[in-house]
Formats: sequence, structure tokens, C-alpha cells
Amino acid sequence: MVDPIKVYPSKPAKVYFYGTCLVDMFYPDAGIAGVELLEREGIEVLFPQDQTCCGQPAYTSGYHDQARSVAKAQLDLFPGDWPIVVPSGSCGGMIRKHYPDLFKDTPDEVKAAEVAGRVWELTDFLLNVCHIKLEDLGEPTTVAMHTSCSARREMGVAEVGPKLLGQLKNVNLVEQIRPEECCGFGGTFAVRHPEISGAMVSEKVDTLVDTGAKEFVTTDCGCLMNIAGYAEKNQKPVSGQHILSFLWARTQGKGGQ
Amino acid sequence: MSETAEHTGHHIDVKQFHPRAQAAIHNPKIRKNFRSAMDGLMSKRKTAFEGWDLETLRDLGANVRLRALANLPDLLEQLEKKLTENGIKVHWAVDGDEACRIVRDICKARDAKTVIKGKSMVSEEMELNHYLEEQGIEALESDLGEYIVQLADETPSHIIMPAIHKNTGEISQLLHDKTGTDLSNDVEYLTASARLQLREKFMNADVGVSGVNFAVAETGTLCLVENEGNGRMTTTVPKCHIAVTGIEKVVPSMEDVSALLALLTRSATGQHITTYFNMISGPRKAEELDGPEEVHLVLVDNGRSSIYQDDELLDTLRCIRCGACMNHCPVYTRVGGHAYGTTYPGPIGKILMPHLIGLDEGRHLPSASSLCGACGEVCPVKIPIPDLLVRLRQESVDGDKLHPAKVRGHGAKRSSMEAMIWKGWAWMHASPGIYRFGTGAASKFRVLQPSKAGAWTDYRTAPKLAAKTLHQRMKERGQ
Repeated sequence: MVDPIKVYPSKPAKVYFYGTCLVDMFYPDAGIAGVELLEREGIEVLFPQDQTCCGQPAYTSGYHDQARSVAKAQLDLFPGDWPIVVPSGSCGGMIRKHYPDLFKDTPDEVKAAEVAGRVWELTDFLLNVCHIKLEDLGEPTTVAMHTSCSARREMGVAEVGPKLLGQLKNVNLVEQIRPEECCGFGGTFAVRHPEISGAMVSEKVDTLVDTGAKEFVTTDCGCLMNIAGYAEKNQKPVSGQHILSFLWARTQGKGGQ
Repeated sequence: MSETAEHTGHHIDVKQFHPRAQAAIHNPKIRKNFRSAMDGLMSKRKTAFEGWDLETLRDLGANVRLRALANLPDLLEQLEKKLTENGIKVHWAVDGDEACRIVRDICKARDAKTVIKGKSMVSEEMELNHYLEEQGIEALESDLGEYIVQLADETPSHIIMPAIHKNTGEISQLLHDKTGTDLSNDVEYLTASARLQLREKFMNADVGVSGVNFAVAETGTLCLVENEGNGRMTTTVPKCHIAVTGIEKVVPSMEDVSALLALLTRSATGQHITTYFNMISGPRKAEELDGPEEVHLVLVDNGRSSIYQDDELLDTLRCIRCGACMNHCPVYTRVGGHAYGTTYPGPIGKILMPHLIGLDEGRHLPSASSLCGACGEVCPVKIPIPDLLVRLRQESVDGDKLHPAKVRGHGAKRSSMEAMIWKGWAWMHASPGIYRFGTGAASKFRVLQPSKAGAWTDYRTAPKLAAKTLHQRMKERGQ
């Protein structure tokens, strides 16, 4: 469940950047865009090179021993007390919400809870901690947005993306029907139950196409590879990118570094 | 379910979830019926809670249920005492078969030949209709949806709306074939026709069987929520009324009912209140003209006690059977209720059924979810359904040495191949140097990336490896 009350920290001098494995291998541009946006806000970005994966794939598959061993390898990466920002609601939710359960009654219980408490989804951090002001330098365009289920329900940031996009004066944000419905990714769900996942993503793509937008943005790379991958394979007229890539591209070149 | 399975009923292999789900997905009529019905139910629920502080109400609902469950043994004893004082005879059944035998014995003692039934999911658990038929007792469903499902020789596809998988045309055809009703698309006409058929049955039935929504311990009252009046007829017209329910349905007092009722009807059908709310507190008194001469309550365990033993799984028993989790479930909406092959379909079924049938039989249920969390978000008593799904996934592969699995049939899904893959995965991801080497090499040789990646690429293109990993790019930036 979402924390009942979120207490945002004041804007820090530094943050730890937890890139996530999908961004690392498939969407590093989204990660770099996030870093650029943070740096433009005057924040120093620390990137622990020993980071790998939050452990979620094993966790949701039921292999908790393996999830714990991978998660344990992440716990020592953030020795300072700076916030930890994550360009994903899903991986953020894994650490923030599930690490405390995963390490309950283990010697790492306290550390896991401490790390979990410092985790922020990156767009939420930009809007509500950095109080970012975006100046749109792009041509007029229309986009739709898909907020991941974990960003919406575990990290409670459903309102953040639309607010950030709302700051961009040349961007017309349109809403698809059933915006809160899952795109069908669900990690290993997509390969364990391919037909169900396929039925879900096909409807998601149809609703996005119906908005008339040629492009959608999303908070999570899992949803991105699912939705955009389906649209590409089935030649649907919509493409996607991570919201951080979009925000950076729209505002590039402005602001003091 | 028990050591001696006495009756057969519908034999559905729960393990065949995949082929059933696949068939449903490729059936446009099923897809359309469920999509439009679920869209309607979601929108009605949303409207019904407008102006309410829903989170506070859900907290209240959760707390009412938690408090009741915390005192469950005492409350059940109090309930039995009060019901007995009120003249209601209480029976205890360890499983569905025993509950069936209890109902049979009551019927036999009255030489009953016909039973009329109000809607009861616990009687579905028991497969009571088939059992009674085998015993030479006619059992007729009187809830319109249940009546339709019974005529079609099917099982309910939804716990609140049993015939939701059928559209008006299909129902009209069914009524025409089975009862001679004229074909019509006029819902009023079809309903009136069914009502006419049922009215006579009510008058002649020897016994009425109903479910219970809330059993109030303090007053010994059985509460029954319904819209069609068939529940009231079932519980008042025949000379004998037998209520069947799960042991978790007890609440301490009438005060507790108000919060749960407010949540139940709005969550289920988007109604502020149902047309009927029955409070049954005993058989007909000497000076009264109406009501049954005998009232019985059969309290069914059927796996609930074992759920009760575990602090986390216990939350499963909070459920008040509103069906909101299935109405909001993107998987249920795609595959429909019958694909699950279980008495309770959808998210609540996935966390409840493994306890009733064993996690070996129900091994595919917990994984059939994207863990989107919609079910947990709408649950009126805040059952953390996604967390319980993850718990059952862990149990189904014996995946946590710190928390050894407990549920009957655990470990049935564990394969040595999959376990080995996860071990290898964990070794790589717990070793940063190896991870960087592996991901770096994958990027470098990305032209060799296959364009097909199992089931993923049946529907989508494969994600493309980047030329350089984020690790490499950050290192180049000196970070």
C-alpha cells in the first residue's frame, strides 16, 4: 500500500542514482536524461558502479532466497545519507516497499528499512523535492502517458507525470480510456502467461492509438518495452519513450549547469 | 477435501488454467461480455463512493474484520450460544462433504423432496446441488443468475453475478430451450418469465437453503443481502430454512454490520443499499403467522482454520465477497470466471482456492497475475491481495528458507531447471564485477542478439540492447 503520508526531504546537495537493470542494458538514454535533469537542478549525482538489480524478478517469481542475496548486494551501495533516486516506479517500489519485508528478522533488517526510506521515484523527486520548473523548447506536439501500476499504486506518483508534462507549454497531454489499467507487462508474467499479457497490451495499445497521439511516455521501462514492442511488431501508429528522455529532450539547452 | 469424497459434481481440472484462458481470450463473445460488464461495474462503484471518504471507510472495514478475526473462536462460541437461545440450531462442518451430509440429514428428517436455494457461494464450495440430486432431492436455484447457470448446467463465472458471461440473447435462447419462454431481448419480460417459473417452486419447496453475509454474535442474527426478494422467499416460505456459511463470516455486533454493508453493496454493484436486507433471528414464534418452523445454521470450515493459523494468510479471511477485485482485475476481464476452474475466480480466488484445494492443484493460480495491484486498491477491507499472491508464489516453489512453506501442496511448482536458472541469475547479480562484465559484453556483441525471445516476441519485438550500458556511460562521465 502507498504510504499514508509522504514526507519529502528538502532539496539535497547530492543524490544516489539507482539506474535499474532495464535502463542499464536497454534504455541508458533514459538514465542519462535523469542524471542531466538532476544536474541541471544543481544536484550532484553519485552513481555506485557496483549496482546491479533490485532483485524484483526473483522476488515476484517466489524465489525469495535468490532475491534476498541480490538485494543484499545493493544495501551497501549507499553509505551516505543522501536520497536514492530511481527512474522506475517498479524498482523503486521493490526497494521502498518490499525490502523491509524481505529482510525482516535478518541481521540486515535495520539497514534495509533505512535504505528503503530514502528511495524516491525520480519524477516525484524532480517535482516535489527539486520543485523543477521546465521550459519547453520543443515544437507543438500531442502525447499520451502511461503510468506504471507500481508508480501509481506502490509509489503513489500517478499525478506527478501529468503535472510535469503540464509545465511544457507546447505539449498537449491526452488521456486514453482506462488509464489506470495494467499494460500486461508484470515482469515474468509476460512470459508465463503470454496470451493474457498479449491480450492486455493489445487493448492498451488500441486505447493509446485512439487518443490520436503518435507518442506516449511512461515512468517505467518494463511498460515501455511491452507497449512500444507490441506497437512496433503490430505496426500500430504509436511509439514510446521514457518520460525522463522526453522531459530532457523538450528542455535541453536551458537552465544553468 | 475430505478423506472420503462422497460426491462428484463438476469435475474441472484446475491445473488446465492455460488452455481454458487461451480459449476465452480467443472467444470474442466472452471478451465482449466481460469487458462491457466489468467496465459498467467499475464505473458504478466509482459513482457510488462519490462524496465518501473512501480510505477512511476502507480502514474502518478492515479494522472491523480484523477485530472479528482476532476473536474468532470466542465469537463463534458466542454466536452458537445466541443462535441456540433464539431457536436456531447450529451445526459444524469440517469440510464441504460433511456440510452436505448435514443438509441431507435435515432434509431426510423432514422427508423433504424439494429444496429452493438462495444465492450461496459456500454451497457452491460444497457442490450441494449435485449432492442433493444424487440423494434424490431436487435443488433449485432461485437467484436469477444462479437459476440461469443451473439451467445451462454451468458454474457461476462471478461470485456476485453468476451469469455475467452470458448476454441477453444467450439467456433468452436458454430460457426458450429449457422452459419454453418466448425468445425476447426484453430483460423485463425474461425476468418476469423466470419469476413465474420460480414462484410455484417457492410455494411447494420443503426446505429453503441460503447463504449468510454477516452472522452477528452479540444478537444471534443472520444477515442476508440481496436484490431479488428470492432470499426473503427462500428463508420465509418453506417450513424449514437452512443457512450455510463459512466460519469467518461472524462479526461481534450490529454496529459492525453497518460499515461492512455500506462497503459491500457499493463495492459489489455500486448500490447505496440493496433492495432487500434480511435479518434472521429465529424460527416462527407461536404468535407469528409467517416464517419457517425450523432454522438451521451450518458453519463450514473447509480449510479456513488452517488459513487462520498464519498471521499473514489470515488476511484472506477478511473477505466479504463483494467481487470488486474481479471487476477491476485486468486478467479476470480477459479470461472470464470459468477459465480459473475454481469456485471463487479472480484475485480472491487466487489467494483463497489454494487453501481449499491445495497449492499443488492450484499451482497456476498465484502466477496468473501481473501484480498490478488494482485488486488490493479497491478491496473494501484492504486485503493485501498482491502481497498474498507473492507469498503463495514463494510457497508454490518452496522459495524461502527463512520462511518455510506451510500451505498444503506447497513446492508443487518447483522445477530444478527453473531453480537453477534463478540461482545462476542471483550469482551474477550479486557479483557486481561479473554483472558489469556480462552486461558490457552483451552490449558489445549486441548484433548477435536474437530477434526472437520466447513467448515475449510472439506479441512484441525484442527490446534492443544499447551500444553502451548506463554503467559504462556513467563511468565515461567520471561518475
